[in-house]
Amino acid sequence: MRAAIAKFWNGDLAWSWRHTPVAIVATFTLLIMLVAAFGAGWIAPHNPFDLATIELLDALKPPVWADDGTTKYLLGTDSQGRDLLSALMYGTKVSLLIGLAAVAGAMLLGVVLGLISGYAGGRIDALIMRVADVQLSFPAILIALLIDGVARAVVPGDMHEVIAFPVLVGAIALAGWPQYARTVRGSTLVEKNREYVQAARVIGISSPVIMFRHVLPNVLGPVLVLATVHLATAIITEATLSFLGVGVPPTSPSLGTLIRVGNDFLFSGEWWITIFPGAALVLLVLSVNLLGDWLRDALNPRLS
Amino acid sequence: MFAFIIRRLLQAVGVMLTVALLAFILFQYVGDPVMIMLGQEGTPAEREQLRQDLGLNDPIVVQFYHFLANAVQGDFGLSLRQGQKVSVLLRDRLPATLELSIAAALIALVVGVPLGVYTALKRNGKLSQAFLAFSLLGVSLPTFLIGILLILVFSVQLGWLPSYGRGDTVKLGWWSTGLLTVSGWKHLILPAVTLSLFQVALVLRLVRSEMLEVLRADYIKFARARGLTKRAIHFGHALKNTLVPVITIMGLQLGGIIAFAIVTETVFQWPGMGLLFIQAVQFADIPVMAAYLCLISFIFVLINLIVDLLYFAVDPRLRVGLGKSGGGH
Repeated sequence: MRAAIAKFWNGDLAWSWRHTPVAIVATFTLLIMLVAAFGAGWIAPHNPFDLATIELLDALKPPVWADDGTTKYLLGTDSQGRDLLSALMYGTKVSLLIGLAAVAGAMLLGVVLGLISGYAGGRIDALIMRVADVQLSFPAILIALLIDGVARAVVPGDMHEVIAFPVLVGAIALAGWPQYARTVRGSTLVEKNREYVQAARVIGISSPVIMFRHVLPNVLGPVLVLATVHLATAIITEATLSFLGVGVPPTSPSLGTLIRVGNDFLFSGEWWITIFPGAALVLLVLSVNLLGDWLRDALNPRLS
Repeated sequence: MFAFIIRRLLQAVGVMLTVALLAFILFQYVGDPVMIMLGQEGTPAEREQLRQDLGLNDPIVVQFYHFLANAVQGDFGLSLRQGQKVSVLLRDRLPATLELSIAAALIALVVGVPLGVYTALKRNGKLSQAFLAFSLLGVSLPTFLIGILLILVFSVQLGWLPSYGRGDTVKLGWWSTGLLTVSGWKHLILPAVTLSLFQVALVLRLVRSEMLEVLRADYIKFARARGLTKRAIHFGHALKNTLVPVITIMGLQLGGIIAFAIVTETVFQWPGMGLLFIQAVQFADIPVMAAYLCLISFIFVLINLIVDLLYFAVDPRLRVGLGKSGGGH
């Protein structure tokens, strides 16, 4: 085990990481946010969803360094007296969960379709790639909005809160699959003619097994880089949809929902309700983006 | 050449038909128009009569044909929420969105191109690094957050610019414009800057990388050897060759700008099509959603088509390549 860690630490990837200050800073920022988000249940100073602990008298308190601020609420409170720092931690968790789930969904769909497209060729390939082409010419946010809107129209109004999460994840995933499909198809076209695939065919292994057990592991590299960058886009898309009021409901707010709610208080001077969730969102997206950039460069020696 | 244009046109028609089919399916499976129009009171006979009148008993293909015929004439029925004709609603909102989008595209070009050229020529300058850092921020910040920050600084703190609506507008026929009044211009600034910031960053990065590429080319070395002034080399030779891909990308981005106008319009309560669409999504107002979907797809397909054909006309290499490979993709 120790030998494995030592080997990794001295490997190319770790070396590149240790010599890229931006990557180090981004990693630690991301780690802190991950711990804060997924540990929110234990380390958050308050539970913003426990109605018993919320006091309306504490509503709209400014951050601790302002004149009226108290140490009880480090980043101030919102209009219902909820501690903003705690809400931020829970909100980051919601944003991350939806982003991760959407990326996983898009990846699954894109990789499977890309594999089939590249391996089968012919009409199936033409059909899948045509659909991907058409979808790529529309911005992802528009596609996600449409899917969201259709789901809202099909499902009766009182169910909207229940379906909000799966619909959001599905919408963002469906809007993101073509890029994975294209990448995987490209690599599959190359792998398909390699000797190991021919050998596997000769000894009579069925096509699905060849595709998923033998070709798949060899085309996953670029997919992982794509997934990192896509995570940042997915988080932004979720935040945008929530900000537009068609995403996560205010009962379990994501960062986008928090910004939307805080936006109403911008003019009355309570800037912190919007700005802190906004800053958290930017920090999250920026560190994921920077890590993705670094990973892409580190895994592609031709660039340097 | 002719075959290419025909195939490209057929493709565009194919996409539009697919979109129309999606919109049609939306209409088919969401809500029963007979129940909406008659309510609970109607007798079975009345319902059957209305069904017959509305053509709901026709075969599905005939219904789709009627839907298409209406859509081509811009008739998408009544908005479920506002009870007005969808075509009129969209037509009233169209000028606001177009003025905002075009203003944003112009800002992106006017600011992005010079910055891109500068960062390419002074590659290691302090100012160049600052511009590049700014552009990274520009692509990482979500549009709505940029809008909120601008409102906070310029409307709330400084009180210089208005933060919502279009201001005073002037009617020119059915086109209402905000460009003829001072208040209209003031209201345009913040939304247009918000919408353009992402595009500015994009253009900056694109021009920079294209320019760096071109500056390495042989004909630039040759121009230097001929003793041309730096000015003539950079702006007469290099920039000219940089701009072709930039204009193509900007053309394609125009669609993206119109789509992202949805977000900007929501932040600034700008009365355009995007705001209408968001309200339609929130209230599941299918006719408005379907009409917006068709209209925006039409704009997208049209832009893509024009860019493809222009590319074909401008770049002779494409024509040769197409002839050799038999036109396959």
